[in-house]
Amino acid sequence: MVSHGSVRAGLKPAQTYRPTSEQLWAALAEVPDPEMPFVNLVELGIVRDLEWVGPSLRVTITPTFAACPAYEVMGDDIRRRLGQLGVSQVEVQVRHDPPWTSEWITEEARQKLKAAGLAPPPHHRGDLIQVLLDPVACPRCGSTNTSLRNSFGTTPCRMIYTCNDCKEPFEQFKPL
Amino acid sequence: MNEAHKKALADYLIALADDELILGHRDSEWTGHAPILEEDIAFANIALDEIGHARLWYELAAELVGGDKARYPDQQVFFRPAADFRCLQLVELPKGDWAFSMLRQYLFDAFEQHRLRGLVQSQHKPLADVAARIRNEELYHLRHTRAWVPRLGQGTEESHRRMQAALDELWPYAQGLGAPLPGESEALEAKLVPSSRSLFDIWSGEVTTFLSESGLKVPPAERDVVADRAVHSEYFGALIADLQQVAQLDPEAQW
Repeated sequence: MVSHGSVRAGLKPAQTYRPTSEQLWAALAEVPDPEMPFVNLVELGIVRDLEWVGPSLRVTITPTFAACPAYEVMGDDIRRRLGQLGVSQVEVQVRHDPPWTSEWITEEARQKLKAAGLAPPPHHRGDLIQVLLDPVACPRCGSTNTSLRNSFGTTPCRMIYTCNDCKEPFEQFKPL
Repeated sequence: MNEAHKKALADYLIALADDELILGHRDSEWTGHAPILEEDIAFANIALDEIGHARLWYELAAELVGGDKARYPDQQVFFRPAADFRCLQLVELPKGDWAFSMLRQYLFDAFEQHRLRGLVQSQHKPLADVAARIRNEELYHLRHTRAWVPRLGQGTEESHRRMQAALDELWPYAQGLGAPLPGESEALEAKLVPSSRSLFDIWSGEVTTFLSESGLKVPPAERDVVADRAVHSEYFGALIADLQQVAQLDPEAQW
């Protein structure tokens, strides 16, 4: 076989296709949270930053809870969606500085959480201890006559309440 | 940070991680066995958090010693000889009854809040960041255990009896929280970590008051203190064998 190496070396490499930043963010906004598929990773504040490093796109994510078991799935989902845009080399980097806070969840995402029966986390402006003492509104009937049943729920980021008026149990996304 | 400080801080972080890992392992033994469903969920979540926090500490240690951050936590957990672990015997003790596990978690978490408050001030920025992250999550643990300790301490005759027995057994081991960790004196000098002894004095006053208010009699402090992190309990060998067995059967397996 004749080697084509020398021929290739003389050619300029083809311009790699790169989607615009807007296209990338729009695609990532279609990646659902693995455990709460009615909200996406961008509006939860999990995707922090995009940066090209040579031919590779570095996506920086900050998991909600340190032990969130879903973040490896998130990485796979991000790679798959960006692959559909033609970005084949994706490096998902986990960053804890600054730590994720529920203050990063957008208003729109809060409404989606509520529509799905999950009370959105209250705004706390850094004072978590105070906000934990405030009453929590039932996402179904709006009553604040609710009781905490368990500081822990079906995922690390949720806890369980009961509404004393409509009698329904519900979960709240933990303020963090 | 010079090399000696890096080494000291890595030793300190590995001991912290070992505490969280082993406590998380014991907590995980409640999965499927807690007295009620809500508490089953609670201990499973607490176990997950503690093991997740252990991973963060191991990763920080890896950065300091130039280890591969992605592989280092698994290497430490699954392939380190039992004798090289530096956890307190407090976290090694079998899970006991539910009162015992709940009280141990309270004693540990109450101390950890103070330690994390100190670590948030660390001169090593990555450590301060991780401490800030963990501290907020731990508030939920403490809220949970602080709700149960008085409920059990002042509940029925049986719940009170079990809590008092748990406290009598745990107290000498809990004193170990005040002993300096490996590497602590060097790391303290460089303002990288707080002094365990000063944290202990604050903790001791706080929990003594809280336990008394919960209807429990706090044993005398200085009796039979178990604090040496290089000496493990009779239960530790079996725990590590249980934890490492599957990983060691096939170290190259992809999960």
